[in-house]
Amino acid sequence: MVLIQVEHLQKWYHDIEAVVDVSLQVEQGSCFGLLGPNGAGKTTTMEIIEGIIEPTAGTILYKNQPRSKRFSEEIGIQFQHTSLLNFLSVRETLTSYANLYRRTVDSDWLIERCGLGPILSRRNNKLSGGQRQRLMLALALVNDPLLVFLDEPSTGLDPQSRRYLWSIIEDIKESGKTIIMTTHSMEEAENLCDTIAIMDKGLIIAEGSPENLIATHYSTNTITLPKKSITKRCAGLDLTMQTHGGKVIIKTDEVEKSLSSLISCGVDLSEMSVHSANLEDVFLHLTGRTLRD
Amino acid sequence: MAVISHRRIWTMFVARNHEFFRDRAAFGWNFIFPFLIIIGFGIIFSEDSFHRYTVGVFPSTGKTIPGEHSIPPRFAEDPAIALVPVDTMATGLDKLRRHKIDLLLDGTSSPPRYWLNDASPAGAIAEKILVAATFDFSKVPLARERIDGAHIRYIDWFFPGIMAMNMMFSALWGVGYIVVRYRKNGALKRLKATPLSAFEYLSAQMISRIFLIMFTFVAVWVGTDLIFDFHMQGSIILFFGVFLLGGLSLCSIGLLLAARGISEEFTAGALNFITWPMMFLSEVWFSLERAPHWIQQLAWLFPLTHLLKAARKVMNEGANLVQIAPECLLMTATTLIFLTLAAWLFSWTD
Repeated sequence: MVLIQVEHLQKWYHDIEAVVDVSLQVEQGSCFGLLGPNGAGKTTTMEIIEGIIEPTAGTILYKNQPRSKRFSEEIGIQFQHTSLLNFLSVRETLTSYANLYRRTVDSDWLIERCGLGPILSRRNNKLSGGQRQRLMLALALVNDPLLVFLDEPSTGLDPQSRRYLWSIIEDIKESGKTIIMTTHSMEEAENLCDTIAIMDKGLIIAEGSPENLIATHYSTNTITLPKKSITKRCAGLDLTMQTHGGKVIIKTDEVEKSLSSLISCGVDLSEMSVHSANLEDVFLHLTGRTLRD
Repeated sequence: MAVISHRRIWTMFVARNHEFFRDRAAFGWNFIFPFLIIIGFGIIFSEDSFHRYTVGVFPSTGKTIPGEHSIPPRFAEDPAIALVPVDTMATGLDKLRRHKIDLLLDGTSSPPRYWLNDASPAGAIAEKILVAATFDFSKVPLARERIDGAHIRYIDWFFPGIMAMNMMFSALWGVGYIVVRYRKNGALKRLKATPLSAFEYLSAQMISRIFLIMFTFVAVWVGTDLIFDFHMQGSIILFFGVFLLGGLSLCSIGLLLAARGISEEFTAGALNFITWPMMFLSEVWFSLERAPHWIQQLAWLFPLTHLLKAARKVMNEGANLVQIAPECLLMTATTLIFLTLAAWLFSWTD
């Protein structure tokens, strides 16, 4: 069942076109990821779907209906940039937000799952980055939502906090909730998302499962060898070789055939590494390597 | 139309109150400021020092007033006159030019020789007191009558003004500035993602601020009353009610100012632009009785003017509800108009 359906979404800020034309569908129970460089329009697209920003044009359907007051009761949002009331404790913040909804999740479960137990009496302005993100995630779940929006949930977190957050998100997925998230992290997208839409310049330029995106857009593998191991006999090989520092990088769609060619030339493969294509390769292939603001 | 949830309003009300009472600096200042102002001005404008004309007498060495026998006794003893010693005539003339004294008297000459600054109205009055002190009133056909009842002390007239001024700053800055700050740092955006409506949020902010204002009002009132023993001619409940209505009116202006925008600098400028004219033209510090007609008309536009008129009528004149009905109706009307506009224009995000 399609939970969210977006058709020809557009958003203009004066003369800047933040979202050009976005259409997408999110299946109930799935995790949908919006991936893209800075300024691609991911957050704007997500905030329009959330109902925070008004679109310039386009339609958004929730359960095949225009969003109603019920929508805000059934969604949970973790914003990328937001603030809380400084002088409230974590417990008071959770209670306050829970009181804004008709339906709420079991608070003990939420506190335990988000690891908030030891910091319940701490004030919001005294929290570390990881604690703050966990509280923000808890607030997004406080009403036991059907649909959870996560805007770059792990940005700025250390590896331990990031892994912990991912485990919570995996639990959310397993509980059957639908997730829409934006991220910069390819690892995060690959690990958590069932479907990924790659956005650039306000458009979705590719969409599919992580495996399909790799297979469709960038199946090339990379063989890396020390420069010293390449012999003169390799000059005649039909391989595309690039020298980078003390290494030679060979891009190939046929790893076995390429390795056979190298062996036939007497290349020492003891220090060789083979890297399969991943989402980052797809991302860079589709969006380019030019620095974005 | 969306259903208004009292639970959501109550939640926001409690959260805002927690913030206010836990912010020690802001909380303390809300109490200390009016206390200091009232006590300070109570001392400065006490019966002994208020409305005195300063007359310098030379030549003097030290703190003694020279020429005890050459200064007319009725002038020296007049409660409106304060004699101060001045060492030389040159020093005295310099002080006169700079309006540090109102009149300069030569303590050695008889009859008294004096100087005054033609640009000083206070000097002209002091001169008339001096002339009158040398005059024999028993030969003039004048009959002096006394006014009935207890006189109104300056502190009794001044107290409602300070309380109203404090209320104005608390209402406008405590609502207007806070809402803009929350919009800027994204706290409002987080709340927009919940079922909380703009009306519920604004109502909670307004109720919270009114609660805090009235709490402060009562605390400062009780505290300063112990020191000054204010003369309340009318009903205390009515006096409280007038301030409640005035607080609502002022809070609604704060909400209107905070309806949009994320610039704290702009909001601070706009708040100053509104509060300063109100402070000076709403008779907080002085009466506008002698001010030009257009200034009085301008002052009529400010809710603070009506709050103060009504409060002083109750406190100083013993007015009842019917007698202050016009002011109460105007404050109610401004509250409704500004609150409706604020709710209509309100934006959670930039």
